[in-house]
Amino acid sequence: MVRIGRQPGLPNIMKSEESALQVRGLTKRFDRLAVDGLDLTIREGEFYALLGPNGAGKTTTLRMVAGLLKPDAGEIAVLGIDALTDPVAAKQVTAWVSDEPMIYDKLTPLEYLEFVAGLWGIDPATSEPAAHHLLVSLGLEPHLYERCEGFSKGMRQKVALAGALVHDPRLIILDEPLTGLDAVSARHVKGLLQDRVRAGCTVIMTTHILEVAERMADRIGVIASGRLIAEGTLTELRQQNGQNDTSLEDMFIALVDVEAIAA
Amino acid sequence: MSSATALTWFARHEIRLAWREWLAMMTGGRRKRNRAVVGLIALAVFLHLPAYAVIGRFAGLKAPLDKSTLIVMTATIFLAWALMLSQAIESVTRVFYARADLDLIMSSPARLANVFSVRIAAIALSVAAMALVLSTPFVDVLVIGGGIRWFAAYGVVTAIGLSAAAVAIAVTLLLFRLIGPSRTRLVAQILAAIIGAGFVIALQIAAILSYGTLSRFAVLTSDAAAAFAPDIDSMVWWPARAAVGDVETLLLLSAFGLMLLGVVMAMFSPRFADTAVSVSADATPAHRGPRSRAFRAGSRQAALRRKEFVLLRRDPWLLSQSLMQLLYLVPPALLLWRSFADSTLAIVLITPVVAMAAGQLAGGLAWLTISGEDAADLVATAPLPCSRVTRAKIEVVLMAIAAIFAPLVLALAFASPLQAIVTATGVIVAATSATAIQLWFRVQARRSQFRRRQTSSRLATFAEAFSSIGWAATAALALSLPIAAGVSGLLTAALLAATWKISPRRG
Repeated sequence: MVRIGRQPGLPNIMKSEESALQVRGLTKRFDRLAVDGLDLTIREGEFYALLGPNGAGKTTTLRMVAGLLKPDAGEIAVLGIDALTDPVAAKQVTAWVSDEPMIYDKLTPLEYLEFVAGLWGIDPATSEPAAHHLLVSLGLEPHLYERCEGFSKGMRQKVALAGALVHDPRLIILDEPLTGLDAVSARHVKGLLQDRVRAGCTVIMTTHILEVAERMADRIGVIASGRLIAEGTLTELRQQNGQNDTSLEDMFIALVDVEAIAA
Repeated sequence: MSSATALTWFARHEIRLAWREWLAMMTGGRRKRNRAVVGLIALAVFLHLPAYAVIGRFAGLKAPLDKSTLIVMTATIFLAWALMLSQAIESVTRVFYARADLDLIMSSPARLANVFSVRIAAIALSVAAMALVLSTPFVDVLVIGGGIRWFAAYGVVTAIGLSAAAVAIAVTLLLFRLIGPSRTRLVAQILAAIIGAGFVIALQIAAILSYGTLSRFAVLTSDAAAAFAPDIDSMVWWPARAAVGDVETLLLLSAFGLMLLGVVMAMFSPRFADTAVSVSADATPAHRGPRSRAFRAGSRQAALRRKEFVLLRRDPWLLSQSLMQLLYLVPPALLLWRSFADSTLAIVLITPVVAMAAGQLAGGLAWLTISGEDAADLVATAPLPCSRVTRAKIEVVLMAIAAIFAPLVLALAFASPLQAIVTATGVIVAATSATAIQLWFRVQARRSQFRRRQTSSRLATFAEAFSSIGWAATAALALSLPIAAGVSGLLTAALLAATWKISPRRG
C-alpha cells in the first residue's frame, strides 16, 4: 500500500526525536577518498543544511543516501529502513533533487509530474490535484501545457522540485536546489520547503548560500575531506567556536581553513 | 591584427576544431587513441576486400566509355553526391544551433561575413575530407587493378564534395527563410535522410515497376535509360569521364566545384550571421501539450512505457534517423504488393531487407530508451528495481518494432505463409539481438546525443550492424538453402556471444 500523506499547508506536526536518516561509517573512494567513514544522524521533521567547500564529499554522501551510488562501506537507514538491503522501500519515502535539473524536454510539466507520480505508484486521484497545486504554487501556471524544452534553468529546477514533491516524500534530499533561481523563485522554493518541514517532512539540503542555511536550517553540518568536522544549531556552532557574535560565513571559513591546514 | 591575419588565424582555429571533432568521432572520444587508430587502420585495410568484391571488376574500364557504362558510373557518383549532400545539410544545421560557439564569434569585433566565409569553407572541406576517407578503399582497388589514372577519382570525390557542401548551405539557408528557424532543424534532418536514401529507393521502385526486381542495375542498364540519357558529349558525364583519368574534364569539374562554393560563400556569408541570430532568438518554440487529459492509472512499468512512447513520438532525431531505415522498406513493400498479381521469385528478397531494417531500427530505439535517459537520477531514485525499469524499456522497443513490421509480415502471410514465418522470426531475432547489444553497451547519455551514439562505442555499432546483416542473411538462406542458413545463424550467434564476452555490462 502506497502511503499518501500530507499536502502543503496542512497543520504542523510536532517534531519527533525519531531519526529520518542514520548514516554510520559511510565510505566512498573514487580516485581519492571522497567520503571517509562519515557518521550522520538527522531527526524526523528537521531542516538540515550540509555545508562544505567544493569537493568536500557533500554530493557523494547525498547520492549514496538517495541510492544513486553504492558505498564502499557503511550503513544507511532512512526512517528506520535499511537503504542498502531494501532500497526500493527506502526510495518510496525519499525524494532527490540535484543542482542540474534532469527533466524531459519533450514533456510538459504536468506530463512530467504524471510520470513521476506513476513511478512512485501514487493514485491519480491524489497526484493530479497535488501536481496542479505544486506547479501553481511555484509560479508555473502559465506553462502547465508547454513542453519543457524552452524553459529557463530556473523553470526547469522548479519542475524538478515539483516532481520531487508530488509523491509526498518524508525525506527530501536537495543538492544546491537554489542554483539558477531568481530571487522570487528562490523565495517560492524556500517557502515550499519550510511548509513541508512544518508538516513533518525532513529536508536535507546542501548549499553554498550560507545565508539560506543560517535562516532556514534547524541544524547545520560542515563537511570537509569526506568527514563531518562540525555540527549543531547556529548557536551551538558559535559556542563550539567560542565566537558568539560571528556570522556563519566567518565560522565556515575558519572551520574549513583549520581542516585544510590539518590535512 | 590585420584582416588577412585574422582570417588565417580563424581558419586555423576551424581546422583544429574540425580535426579534433573528426578524431573524437573516429576514436569514440577515448584518451587511449593509439589502439583506436590501429583498429581503424585495420578496418580500412579490411574494407578493401568488400570494395574489391563490389568494384574490382570495373578497374579495366577506359575512355571512351559507352553510354550504358556512363549511366551506371554517373548514377553511382550521383548517389555518393546525394549522401554527401545529406551529411553537409546536417553539418550546416549543426553549425546554426551550436550557440555557445556562435555567441562568442558574434560578440567579437571580427567582420562576420569573413568569419562565416571561413566557416562555410571549413564545412565544405570536412565534407570532402570525409568523402575522401570513405572512398579510399574503392579508389585504391581501382588504382591497383587499373593503374594510376584512377587517382583522378580522388579529384572527382573532392570536387563533388565541394559542390554538395555549396548546395547544402544554399538549401539550408533557403529553408530558414521559407519556414523559419524553429522548423528548419527538423525539416533539414528529414530532408537529409530522404536525400540519402531517396535516390537508391527511387531506382529500386523503378526497377520493381518495370522489371519486377529490386536490382537498380536493371534500370540503369536498360535500353529505355540509354534512350532517355543525354548525348555522349554532354556535361552530365563529366564526373564519370574525369574518374577514369580524363585530366581536362577533371580540371573543369574541379573548377566548377570551386566556383559553385565561391558563389555560395559570396552570396550567403553575410546572411549566415543573420540566420544565426534568428536561431539564437527563436531556437526553442513553445510546443503545447494536451490540455484536458487526466492523469492515468496503471503500474509503475506502465508509467515508464507511456513516457517512453510519448518521448519516441516527439523525438525529431529519431524521426529523421529512422525515416531512412523505414524508407528502405518501401521497395520491398511495393515488390510484395506486385507479387500478389504476378508471382515471382523476387519476393524472397523482402525477407532479408525487412530483417535488416528491423535490426537497425531496434538498435536506434534501444539506444534512445535504454541509454538516452534524460532524467537518469529520477528513474534511479524511483522505488522499483533496475531490472523492472530495463524490462519496461525493452518492452517499448519490441512493441514499437512489432507495430511497424507486423502489417508487412501479415501481408506476406497471404502470399507465402512459410516466408511470413521466416520473416517474422528474422525480425524478432534481429531486433532482440540489436536491443541486447545496446543493453550490454549502455552508457548514460542525453537523448539529444542520438546522432553521436555510434561514437560512444564503435564496437557496439559494428556488432549491431554485423548482427543485423547476419540475421538478414540467415533469414534469406532459410528460404533457399536451409543448411547454409544453419551455418550463417551459428556464425551470427557466435558473433553475438563474442560481443557479449567483451562488453562492459557482461553478466
